[in-house]
Amino acid sequence: MALTDYKGVFIFAQQVDGELSNIALELLGKAKDLANDIDEKKVTAVLLGDGVGGLADKLAEYGADRVILVDDPALKDYRTEPYTHALASVIDEFKPEILLVGATAIGRDLGPRVSSRVHTGLTADCTQLDIGDFPLNPVEGQEQKHKQLLMTRPAFGGNTIATIACPEFRPQMATVRPGVMQKIAPISGAKAEVVNYNPGFAENDCYTEILKIVKEVSEIEDIQAAKILVSGGRGVGSPENFKILEDLAKVLHGTVSCSRAVVDSGWKPKDMQVGQTGKTVRPHVYFAIGISGAIQHVAGMEESDIIVAINKDENAPIFDVADYGVVGDLNKIVPLLTKKLEAALAAK
Amino acid sequence: MKVVVCIKQVPDTKGGVKFKPDGTLDRGAMLAIMNPDDKAGLEAALRLKDQYGAEVTVVTMGLPKADAVLREAMAMGADKAVLITDRVLGGADTWATSSTIAGALRNLEYDLIITGRQAIDGDTAQVGPQISEHLHIPVISYAEEIKVDENARTVEVKRQFEDRYHIVKAKMPCLITALSELNEPRYMTPGGIFEAFDRDVTVWGRNDLKDVDDSNIGLKGSPTQIAKASDKVKKGAGEKVVPESDEAAADYILGKLQEKKVV
Repeated sequence: MALTDYKGVFIFAQQVDGELSNIALELLGKAKDLANDIDEKKVTAVLLGDGVGGLADKLAEYGADRVILVDDPALKDYRTEPYTHALASVIDEFKPEILLVGATAIGRDLGPRVSSRVHTGLTADCTQLDIGDFPLNPVEGQEQKHKQLLMTRPAFGGNTIATIACPEFRPQMATVRPGVMQKIAPISGAKAEVVNYNPGFAENDCYTEILKIVKEVSEIEDIQAAKILVSGGRGVGSPENFKILEDLAKVLHGTVSCSRAVVDSGWKPKDMQVGQTGKTVRPHVYFAIGISGAIQHVAGMEESDIIVAINKDENAPIFDVADYGVVGDLNKIVPLLTKKLEAALAAK
Repeated sequence: MKVVVCIKQVPDTKGGVKFKPDGTLDRGAMLAIMNPDDKAGLEAALRLKDQYGAEVTVVTMGLPKADAVLREAMAMGADKAVLITDRVLGGADTWATSSTIAGALRNLEYDLIITGRQAIDGDTAQVGPQISEHLHIPVISYAEEIKVDENARTVEVKRQFEDRYHIVKAKMPCLITALSELNEPRYMTPGGIFEAFDRDVTVWGRNDLKDVDDSNIGLKGSPTQIAKASDKVKKGAGEKVVPESDEAAADYILGKLQEKKVV
């Protein structure tokens, strides 16, 4: 394999029910930066589905210069085998240097299967991607390669962090945690070159049959999209008491989220959970209210711009990451803060 | 029916992570346990044993001390155990690990292979799907329910996504990755524990792997390489105040929000 034959930054543009997933747009944003850093002009989105060609324009608006479209009835709903076949065939045909996939329930199934098939490395759940040298510093007797994809990811439940490279194989593949990368401001009217490609789909024993699809409709606001998050932990005391958090969120046009303890207690649904086993968030302001700050929770919110913590335990680890920590009774402080904010906003 | 369950011995990160005085992770001080998702996978296999008389074989790859999780699995009810251990297999990334385990599985008969979704040390969720690809069998990830039709040689699995689930039917042999939500794993029985320590564990080294090239194992067979690993640098703490009154506390936060132009 001649590594230099592989060129360009590709992303897997995940769509479900003909709607692009947010992660696709986030990956495009990151892909633009990476393309710049390796002197590649083009960002390519790989779009797989059935009757999904109409999504190309939206991909263009968010930074795709080219869309490779594999449109086939076999790709209607996500199934591992036809999607693997499609993506692996695109890799063989178009030879990307870098391929980013979302670390979603689809991407974390598709990514490994594809990496096995095309024989390349895959780094899971990355939270940071850079272009740089490998090894980072010159090592005697080892060639230092330049412009490599450096993939950084947490491990050990967020306790350690590792930077991984894939110097000898192509494409360099990573799955990327949703909610971490920034999408660009859409360029309205942008158009991408659309390349239709179909590798042909022949059923084999690896094909599965979907007997039923059950959507679990959620009324919950997307906590990953929120600019202000008012997050509650076990210290809030009861599901009813989340009312004071909702009031605060309302004044600030924010959204309520929670810690794992709250989900485990059955007070709030899993969609609202921040942390290693929940969602990664990076709002402008994150209120940690009655949250002790277990490392798994912190892993999901520490990138927030401003962290405000209220906790009655002055030794709570949340204070180690908070910009502004207040030791005190949340039951008193939160309603007072809401009232004062209302007054301050009304005075304007 | 024959079921193979792949399990991994991992350091327990749940009961609090231990750090050395210099701030690095003290792996030796942490308890070694059976990975939780794998345990759910084992439980699912044991239920198939209860229901259909399936034969359950557990397989692990690791250091010789990983023998302990195999004995635990046998004490829970697994019939056979295989330990894949060899110096040359060390340093493997997920690609080389899956290629190695696939090489061991080629020696075994199986209708179903169950792995955990992911291990709590690496959190990659890659090895299961990668094994299935090496063995050219279907994979169903993120299983919450497993039903087997022995006559039709098919499985029906409830496969979880973020906002939905699919009921997916696959032909056997098939690989399934289990979520810890799948079930509540049973305890070891006292008799089982007693017996498990007398039972034989099959130990395989590199030469026992079937159809695996030297270039696909260990550190050398790993496409990914570590550029840098470190224990996470904690973000520096900001201010912490203990206000005299609740009123003062609210004023303090309001002041900061105004200072930062949030309001």
